[in-house]
Amino acid sequence: MKPLSLILLGTTLALSAQADFKSDIAAIRQVGAEGKGNPPAAAAWKNLAKADAKSLVPLLTAMDDANDLAANYLRSVVDAIADRELAAGRTLPQADLEKFLAEKQHNPRARRLAYELIARVSPATGEKLLPTFANDPSVELRRDAVQRLIDAADKALAAQDKAAATKEFSNALTYARDEAQIKKVAGELRKLGQEVDLPKHFGFLTHWKLLGAFDNTKLVGFDTAYPPEKTVDLAATYDGKLDKARWVDVATAHDYGMVDFNKSFGDLKGVTGYAFTEFNAATAGLAELRLGCKNGWKVWFNGALLFGRDEYHRGSRIDQYRLPVTLKAGKNTILVKACQNEEVKDWTKEWEFQLRVCDASGTAILAKDRPATPKAQAGAAKVDDKKGTK
Amino acid sequence: MNNVKLVTGGAESRQRLGVRQSAAAFERVGKAPEGWRTPKPGGSLARVAMLSWLTVASFTVTAADWLQFRGPGGTGIATEAQLPTHLDAKSVAWKIALPGRGLSSPVIVGDKVFVTASSGTEQDRLHVLCFSAKSGAKLWERQFWATGRTMTFPKTCVAANSPCSDGQRLFCLFSSNDLLCLDLDGNVLWLRGLTRDYPNASNSLGMAASPIVVGDTLVVPVENDSESFTAGIDVATGANRWKNNRPKVACWATPVVVPDAKSGQPLVVLQSGPGLSVVDARTGVEAWYFTDGASTMSSSVLVGGVLYVPSKGMTAMKPGAAGAHPEVLWQNAQLSPSTASPVVLGDKVFTLNAAGILSAAGLADGKRLWQLRTTGPYSATPVGVGKFLYLANEKGLVQVVDTAAPEGAVVSSLDLKDTFIGTPSIGAGALFIRSDKALVKVGGS
Repeated sequence: MKPLSLILLGTTLALSAQADFKSDIAAIRQVGAEGKGNPPAAAAWKNLAKADAKSLVPLLTAMDDANDLAANYLRSVVDAIADRELAAGRTLPQADLEKFLAEKQHNPRARRLAYELIARVSPATGEKLLPTFANDPSVELRRDAVQRLIDAADKALAAQDKAAATKEFSNALTYARDEAQIKKVAGELRKLGQEVDLPKHFGFLTHWKLLGAFDNTKLVGFDTAYPPEKTVDLAATYDGKLDKARWVDVATAHDYGMVDFNKSFGDLKGVTGYAFTEFNAATAGLAELRLGCKNGWKVWFNGALLFGRDEYHRGSRIDQYRLPVTLKAGKNTILVKACQNEEVKDWTKEWEFQLRVCDASGTAILAKDRPATPKAQAGAAKVDDKKGTK
Repeated sequence: MNNVKLVTGGAESRQRLGVRQSAAAFERVGKAPEGWRTPKPGGSLARVAMLSWLTVASFTVTAADWLQFRGPGGTGIATEAQLPTHLDAKSVAWKIALPGRGLSSPVIVGDKVFVTASSGTEQDRLHVLCFSAKSGAKLWERQFWATGRTMTFPKTCVAANSPCSDGQRLFCLFSSNDLLCLDLDGNVLWLRGLTRDYPNASNSLGMAASPIVVGDTLVVPVENDSESFTAGIDVATGANRWKNNRPKVACWATPVVVPDAKSGQPLVVLQSGPGLSVVDARTGVEAWYFTDGASTMSSSVLVGGVLYVPSKGMTAMKPGAAGAHPEVLWQNAQLSPSTASPVVLGDKVFTLNAAGILSAAGLADGKRLWQLRTTGPYSATPVGVGKFLYLANEKGLVQVVDTAAPEGAVVSSLDLKDTFIGTPSIGAGALFIRSDKALVKVGGS
């Protein structure tokens, strides 16, 4: 039996270590803008990196609600500890890591990191767990699980079992959120004679009112507050740059929800246009507006400016910009401003954008009254259209 | 006939160069920042001050180290290295797989080679890796998540900017504008997310300009079409020392250091489409400028007290000082580089165009001496040792050019059968070159 003094000393040391761990985590979690809090965070990093493998799950847990800089401090501590422990021939707390991984309320990236640690020590366990992530909040875990479904569908296709391939690809599409996977699966399903409503799968908004065109000569339009920025009056007519500017209805059938101003107003240069729509949310909650646009743009949500960017023709892709919003139950308004510059090269013709509503994992959030996706006319953009790809 | 234009200074030449203000106005604008030594006429103080600064800056590094994009002083030239000039398959000492893409150059400090990479379908996983230069063994790796936008043109990727080091710390900038500082053993010292701090600072084609260390300040170019700036950051804490708004023009050129012609204090050349803004490294205060335009792709180089700027082809100038204009020595429109930056080796300046033509010109007058057709296409800047240049084309062909041969000559080549966009580095007696897939050591033991 240990003397009481030793037990007390041990308990004191353990409590002290626990307090140090907490204060080090707190030091890291307070890092912020423009280098705020870096020196104490670096000192904390060095302390934490000395900890043993038992600290891995508490470190992963500390990423919950941590800002992205703090999460980077923490994940690199995890790397350092795991590398050192494994290099020394010791193991990691696999059971604790699996338990953490199973708890979906944790930071999705932290859970992915936990999975990678598990699979690093036991590839067989990683393989066994993977199929369980098809509907996971972690986009990386989900992507790997969906790839299994795609591989199975490809196998069925290679065996010329079209029914099985159709079933497997349809299953994969249900869970797929990764654009490349969706593109592959939709293409295969269409080749198998299946209809795929990609705009609905992504949650692209397809029905808009467009207004054009105001001036953007010498890029003045970006900072000019034209009437819709004060009040959206869909019945109003304004003096535009070349002609009267009035709202027109547009419904895009593009697979990636591209809304093209040129189609409504002609191939104009040095102009500014607006797009307006309403989103009737079934429930209130967090969401993301995800925009792709190669023109100068601004987006307002429920009348408040979310963000604007005055970069022109440097490229566009799906989910180029992610704008967090809080949906109200019922009607929400979205106003997009799209500015076209005066360059005349072929690759500067586009005056367009795509916008979808989804959650953080990329799962579409559909309006209660979402209209049917317009049918594409012959020759209209389909899944292989480069504008939808990265 | 070479289109060499001699410019001798004076009001007319200032007008031709697009100098923005009268000389009198410039004297006011160019007031020396507080704390500077009072500049005195003559070059001796300048030399002493620059040498003293270089001594302070190089407290733990050796001439054999390769600490930034284009190595010592951003010249691309190794002064203390022996590389094989006859390359063949046996020249490859080792080849190590990398976990992600990248076109950043390796940094070499002693026996350690540092490389950045990016992975994931969104290119949002950032890797910093350290290898033994001797064996290629991985010594450590740290991963981070991008906090800024990761979209790039397909040819490039998020690990495009080259890291740099002061011999104690490693500074890694990515296209997402994540800026990471680690010590050489992989301990995290500080982190910044520059797009997180300045949300419109990004380029949908991808950023690629590299940071440089000047004394105790890290100069970080974040020049783009929107929220464009360059910042001077405290190497110890990651906090801003200064942040200058820059022209709203995407730019991929890396800054270079020049001494103030009078005081010798280190100034930093910030290059952009409109020209140069040359600022004090520690305060960001502009000392002198040049408004005759400059490349947004290839970077300037300072050798022998002359700054070679990719402007109107190539412009050679003696750098200015606080309150003093640069002196343009010559311009030659025939020496226009493409993506690769100019290199000075011996008594010649070299430029490489997109078609693979290597042009050599005399340093004194910019007169083109010869052109050599090599096998392109190139994105990487040539690097050199002795009289030899090493050119790595995009298809993995490394060509060794003897620049002392009468018309230049490719003396050997090695096909590494991979895509190489990044500029090679020289250190530990070898050439280190990386692709999206691997880090390769050529030469050495």
